[in-house]
Amino acid sequence: MLDADMFWNRIIPALNEGLLLSLSLIAPSSVIGFVGGVLVGTLRVYACSPLRRLADAYVAVFRGIPLLLQLYFLYYALPKWGIRFSAYQAAVLGFILCSTAYQSEHVRGALLSIRQGQIKAACALGFSAVDMILYIVIPQAVRRALPGCGNEVIYLIKYSSLAYVLTFIELTGQAKELTARTFHYIEIYFTAGMYYLAMTTLASWALDRLEKKCRIPGFGVQR
Amino acid sequence: MTTHITSGSAVLEARGFCKSLGGKRILNDVSLRVNKGEMKVLIGPSGAGKSTFLQCINYLIPPDEGVLFLNGTPVAPSVKRELYALRERVGMIFQDFNLFDHLTVQENVSIALVKVKGMNRGAAALRAMEELERVGLSRRASVYPAQLSGGQKQRVAIARALAMDPEVILLDEPTSALDPELVGEVSAVIRELARGGMTMILATHQMEFARALATEILFMDRGEIIERGAPAELLASGGNTRTRAFFCKLAAEEGAC
Ligand SMILES: Nc1ncnc2c1ncn2[C@@H]1O[C@H](COP(=O)(O)OP(=O)(O)OP(=O)(O)O)[C@@H](O)[C@H]1O
Ligand SMILES: [Mg+2]
Repeated sequence: MLDADMFWNRIIPALNEGLLLSLSLIAPSSVIGFVGGVLVGTLRVYACSPLRRLADAYVAVFRGIPLLLQLYFLYYALPKWGIRFSAYQAAVLGFILCSTAYQSEHVRGALLSIRQGQIKAACALGFSAVDMILYIVIPQAVRRALPGCGNEVIYLIKYSSLAYVLTFIELTGQAKELTARTFHYIEIYFTAGMYYLAMTTLASWALDRLEKKCRIPGFGVQR
Repeated sequence: MTTHITSGSAVLEARGFCKSLGGKRILNDVSLRVNKGEMKVLIGPSGAGKSTFLQCINYLIPPDEGVLFLNGTPVAPSVKRELYALRERVGMIFQDFNLFDHLTVQENVSIALVKVKGMNRGAAALRAMEELERVGLSRRASVYPAQLSGGQKQRVAIARALAMDPEVILLDEPTSALDPELVGEVSAVIRELARGGMTMILATHQMEFARALATEILFMDRGEIIERGAPAELLASGGNTRTRAFFCKLAAEEGAC
């Protein structure tokens, strides 16, 4: 049996440590992944042909290859070419590249949904193409993309556990190591699961608040 | 170097505009000049090319051929700076308003002042309120477009164009998308502008409006201007013009003529 002392003084502190490391993966990956998604999504809709095709190709590659394989490549293959990352760096880089690709899909769809008439109106007022995109199209597209992008962040919270295979001992890694030493599979995996559930619930709540904060009367409802 | 000199003091002149789209000739050698304070009214059947012509004037649709003169100076729209400057000086009102959905009424009017004219935010906000006052909407300044009626949206769009201090305003069927009971409030604003000496080019199906306000009516069909003249001339009773025939057909639908 698992006694309380073991649970509170060994397992919980170790999982907490793992949780912090998980957060250190998720926070930069989700923020940079979102910004990257807006950038790449915008390029895919508005950039001139070579740049646009490059962005399309990037998304095709990073959406089309398993993330696990990408992580292995970053961490184990690149050193053969003299490019070395720590486990943490490789994981965050892999997550950012992947998240950017997925986020750009949501942003691209939202950009394309902005009414052509507003773009015409901005041009007719003398807006440059860049200002039109920055001040008229993107603020609306980001609002439209928010639910999809939020979903992507929830996924990221869960796939951050893949960092474990690069020897970065985050939450899942900690749980795995604890079970190997204590054999309390049920309790440890259950508790780690609760940690993830808490993170995703909290993220959902925060994203919901953000959506409400950005809400504009009548906007996006009529679709 | 070639120099183009236009006679008189036309605020805007479009000379020899041609445009093909999808292999079809939409505009065929259309020309128009408008002097300060004049209102030119484009009428004609659906598909005649009125919208295309108006959008060629500010190069939202680049014409295949033709030169545009502003105050006698030809515009070179291939130079980005000149293109933006042209659009700043030529306002445009669309059939379906095209307000910016994510901005309040006041921001809709002020954003171009800030981003295009480089005005500071405070001054732009004040200017926006002045223009909203002019179209009777200063009390709706902080709501969003979705909360307005069609007539109110169009008045905001007019305020947005006026705030830029344009030399000419192009209006593409500004009342066609409105419920009948809302046409009056927008027409009243346009009439007020005409009275105030604003130079305008208006495409419309509202014939009574055209008759009352136009300096000149231009009748378009299949990408060409077929008739042009003062309303009294083209619409004189007993006259035998395409314009009059068109007018009577529209009026018959409304039970007049
Ligand atoms: N992108 C396009 N490609 C091909 N044809 C087009 C395109 N845009 C417009 N046209 C055609 O050009 C013609 C003129 O259209 P336009 O909208 O200028 O007419 P209009 O006089 O404004 O008509 P309405 O009174 O219905 O507004 C129409 O026959 C239309 O089908
Ligand atoms: Mg039209």
